[in-house]
Amino acid sequence: MIYIGALGIALLLLGGAIIATFSGAHPWWWVWVIGVIAALVAALVSGSGMALYILRRLVWAIVVVNVVVFITFLVFFKLPNGDPALRFVGKFPTAENIALVRHRLHLDQPFYKEYFFFVKNFVTGDENGWPGLGYSYGNYVSVRSEILQRAPRTLWLIAGAATMWLIGGVAIGVLSAVKRRTVVDRGAMGFALFGISAPVFWLGLMALYLIWKQLGLTDGSGYSPIDQGVGQWFGHLILPWSVLALLYMAIYARITRNNLLETLGEDYIRTARAKGLSERTVILKHGLRASLTPIVTIFGLDMALLVGGAIITESVFNIQGLGWLAYNGAITQDLPTVVGVVICTATAVAIANLVVDIIYAFLDPRVRFA
Amino acid sequence: MTDFGAGASSTLLDVRNLSVRFRTRDGIVQAVSDLSFTVRRGETLGVVGESGSGKSVTSLAIMGLLNRERTDITGEILFEGNDLLKLKPDEMRRVRGRDVSMIFQDPFACLHPMYRVGDQIAEAVLAHQKVSKKVAMSRAVELLGAVGIPNAAIRARDYPHQFSGGMRQRAMIAMALVHNPDVLIADEPTTALDVTVQAQIVELIDRVKRDFDVGVILITHDLGVVSETATHVMVMYAGRAMEYGSNAEIFAGAQHPYTWGLLESMPTVEKKLDVLMPIEGSPPSLLHPPPGCPFHPRCKYRFEPCDKLRPPLAEIPGGHLDACHLPPERKREVWANRIVPEIAAPA
Repeated sequence: MIYIGALGIALLLLGGAIIATFSGAHPWWWVWVIGVIAALVAALVSGSGMALYILRRLVWAIVVVNVVVFITFLVFFKLPNGDPALRFVGKFPTAENIALVRHRLHLDQPFYKEYFFFVKNFVTGDENGWPGLGYSYGNYVSVRSEILQRAPRTLWLIAGAATMWLIGGVAIGVLSAVKRRTVVDRGAMGFALFGISAPVFWLGLMALYLIWKQLGLTDGSGYSPIDQGVGQWFGHLILPWSVLALLYMAIYARITRNNLLETLGEDYIRTARAKGLSERTVILKHGLRASLTPIVTIFGLDMALLVGGAIITESVFNIQGLGWLAYNGAITQDLPTVVGVVICTATAVAIANLVVDIIYAFLDPRVRFA
Repeated sequence: MTDFGAGASSTLLDVRNLSVRFRTRDGIVQAVSDLSFTVRRGETLGVVGESGSGKSVTSLAIMGLLNRERTDITGEILFEGNDLLKLKPDEMRRVRGRDVSMIFQDPFACLHPMYRVGDQIAEAVLAHQKVSKKVAMSRAVELLGAVGIPNAAIRARDYPHQFSGGMRQRAMIAMALVHNPDVLIADEPTTALDVTVQAQIVELIDRVKRDFDVGVILITHDLGVVSETATHVMVMYAGRAMEYGSNAEIFAGAQHPYTWGLLESMPTVEKKLDVLMPIEGSPPSLLHPPPGCPFHPRCKYRFEPCDKLRPPLAEIPGGHLDACHLPPERKREVWANRIVPEIAAPA
């Protein structure tokens, strides 16, 4: 019980840090540190397997983020030939500008100091706020503000689509498994095959043409922020949500069906039937519970990958989110932006993995004590 | 035809001419053929046979756990006079776990790995009883204690992987007992366990039979277990009863060559390994059972009618039921002169 309370406090602090990050100019990095320490204390005080497990995963996630930051640093600053300042300076490489960039990126100092300031900015923030991700000399704006402007679009896109595909995919999968070898099953799996096979760029354009252009049911492409009207926001997002969700829904339906069918052959399902439980309880409580763990795993990975990887959907619907930002940064040689997106995406993957590991442990007690 | 004269105890389960056929892609598997037996309160029917002899299928048929879409079941399974085979799925569900309970071979796979042991047993309580979760849980703890789990209240909060194999089988037994069932089917309950634990579980089932006053069907391939705990014994081969009688009748005068073979191949502490006599060959395919007696290809005592005519299960004068063409005198002679010295042999 103690650890759950302390964990709650840690999560609150973490949430506070994230909100502070979005709202403000002030470096709030120390809130993260307090959160980690709170979790550590909670784990040691309670001695609970679950708390220790979460702590282990947390430390691991921090290690992963560090490694990713280091590799990113190497790839963008050290590995290529030539002067990094020249690559980062943007469209006007005057001698004065290059000198300024060289100074700001600490390129005039030894390797270890250069890296130290790179990490320090990321962890504690720079003059543009937290996390410090540098300055885009091509766009004359801090990378942090670029990402904060683009991130909500991608996050809303993923969140809505994920909700749709998770609910839809699992429901179709269960239905398909229960009605195995019937018309329902074949229909659902046919739909799944269509969903997996249909390319997003084709499906997206077809949806835009039919539902927006011909029927006028939605608001078409582009993005409308949620604070400018929920209706507008929803009208713009419903098509990209559906198109993105369809692909994943198809995959999840197939995985759910196959997992559930496999689980229903297990001995403990026979035990559940032997107890005299209704078929509904047998399938939805005993069967689905065991089938969900692999789905949680791939769900976490899919979410994380989409943070930087929903580029096609973003392009088709002109949403201009993180994927678009990274793509634009790459083709316009705006390296600071690319570095920022890479680090943010990698951190998102690490956090998503952490969350998946924790959910996994809640779902499967064997993991907790391993 | 299977009356052993013990009129005092009531017949709980009366299986008559049970046949189970599986329709598969390769053809029809005759898993159980024309099987009849009874189970009474306070008795243990030991069902013995090799793997694939139809023991487990019989028990699953009684529990109504066979997939009826791909299985043809004929005959009658009378439980207190009602034919379980005629019940609708939902009526059968109410019998399962309340009137007839079952424990399975592999306790490692039979408990759901993601729910606490106590919760799984409490769920069995709630399946047939409208009580609060708290009451169900206390019943679960009570039964865990009754089957010999120490600190039951605390261990009920454990997950199955924190239990040893023997403890899991105890938990399965506790789960089967929550509604004081009339019939307990134990399908090879000790096969997956360590030898030292096996004896404890066998003993527990025997105690449970007395304390809860149930009729037990003990399915096993271990004749030693059967000789110690069963009141009646049915020897099965290729889905059929080969021999059926009381414990004393079987172990003091087995009449069927297959039973003889099982007895000869049974290891004891005294016997050395090279004295064990395995039954040569392997059980027949149930897709294409041999004509005549199903055991004749492996039988040392076969003679001319055995491969053409299937011997019916019949009582010999002064003996019990068996399905063999050998004349009664010959059976007695072989038993007394060949088998008894063999199984008693101290080597």
